[in-house]
Order: sequence, then C-alpha cells, then structure tokens
Amino acid sequence: MIPLSWYLILAAILFGVGLFGVLARKNVIAILLGIELMLNAVNINLLAFWRYLTPEDVTGQIFTVMVFVVAAAEVAVGLALVISVWRRRATAYADELDLLKW
Amino acid sequence: MEPIQIVFLIGAALVVVSAVMVVTRRNLIHAALYLILTLFGVAVIFVLLQAYYWAVIQVVVYIGAIAILIIMAIMVTRDVTGETVEPFNRNLIGAALLGVMAAGVLIWSLSDWPGFSALAPAAETGEIVVQDLGVQLFSAEGYLLPTILASVLLLAALIAAIRIAFPNETEEDN
Repeated sequence: MIPLSWYLILAAILFGVGLFGVLARKNVIAILLGIELMLNAVNINLLAFWRYLTPEDVTGQIFTVMVFVVAAAEVAVGLALVISVWRRRATAYADELDLLKW
Repeated sequence: MEPIQIVFLIGAALVVVSAVMVVTRRNLIHAALYLILTLFGVAVIFVLLQAYYWAVIQVVVYIGAIAILIIMAIMVTRDVTGETVEPFNRNLIGAALLGVMAAGVLIWSLSDWPGFSALAPAAETGEIVVQDLGVQLFSAEGYLLPTILASVLLLAALIAAIRIAFPNETEEDN
C-alpha cells in the first residue's frame, strides 16, 4: 500500500520544479512548460485526495475536469500570444518584451 | 517493499527527473520532449491512484494535444530553440531557492496534518466511477453549471486563440 504522503511529496516537488521553470526561464514557451508542470502537480494532488479521502464522491474528479479545461485554454491562448508576438517583434524572450516597461 | 511501491518510485523518479530536464534544457524541443516523458510519468501515477479514466485523458489530452501543440509552436517560432542564448534570466538563484522553498514548505506544513500518511480506503473503481462522473457532470442536481461554464471558457479560448494568432492588416506596416 502506498501512503497518501508519497503522492503529496511528489506533487510538491513537481510544483517546485515548475515554479522554478516559470521564474527562471527566458523563453515564453519554456515558461508555459513550467505552468504545465505546476498544473500536473495540482492534478496529482486532486486525484490523490479524491482516492484517499472521498472515493465515494466525484467532487475531486470534477475539479480535475476543470483543471484540464483551464490547462487546455491556457496553452491555446498562450501559444497564440507567442505566435502573435513572434510575428510583430520577432522574439520569444520574455525579457525583450518590455514595451509596457516604464 | 511491495511491488506497487516500486512501481510508484519508478514513476515518481521518471516524473521528477524529466521535469528537472524540462526546466533546464537549453534546446526547447528537447524540453518539450521531456515534458511528454513527465506527462507519461504522471499518467503512471494516475493508474496507481486507480484513476484509470484520468490516465487515458492525460495521454489523449496532454500528450496528444497540448504537448504536440507546444512542439508545433516551437517549430513555428524558429531560431528560438535557444542553443545560442543563455536559457535563464538573472533570477536563476532566487528562482531555484523559491522552488525548493515552495516544495519544502508544502511538505513541511502537510507533515503536521494527521491524515498525511493515510492509506487508501477500499473503493469502487473503474467503469462505475466513470459512469457516475458522467452522470454528475451532466445532471442539473450535479455539476451541469460548471460544465457549461467550462465549455464556454474553452470556446472563448478557442476563438481568442484564432483571433490573436491570425495575421492582421496593419502588420505589413510594421
């Protein structure tokens, strides 16, 4: 039997790695990859809590549906923005996108 | 150590190692391919959680759609595989510290919680769970409203993505 703690520790580590990717990477697509890692960590947590605490209830899985939907929407709009910025500015690096920086 | 624990440890090691590769690879294509490996590892974890439906959805939606979409976007924005450019900004050390701290604080604060080392109760799994999920998602007493909101969000994101990525007329002037 696997205790719940193993899943929670794995999700926490995955979240930390994703957070590092979002904060440290220059490329916008690499930042999106970090966000995907964090969303996956959340999904592991949601399904682990569903399985260990309320397996008779579907609420945990409903939340997982929502996270999947948000992840799909986020990556679609994010990549569209990347392509649009690439067309206009010919760059995909977050530190060069400083038009709004005063 | 039980066999299932060994399977978990292999899956977890796959997830963590390939996730670290995702955030450290200089070449973005390699990073995206390591992301696919991470997502497969997460699918293994879902199987161990007896969330078989979610393991399938993970492979179909995340690997089949999202990861491929990311790879296509990397290919479209050519010259950005980034082999000539430093992949990290100047926040590198701070970001590493913050990532380690976030994981550490999460684990540390959860370890006080009495349910931390709980074992899984016996439960129905498999097709009954999926059937129940489907009924709950589309019944008015269940979660019909969130489902509709989620579909509207997806539709809005779809239209927005097309509109944003579409070349417009003023672009030739720039």
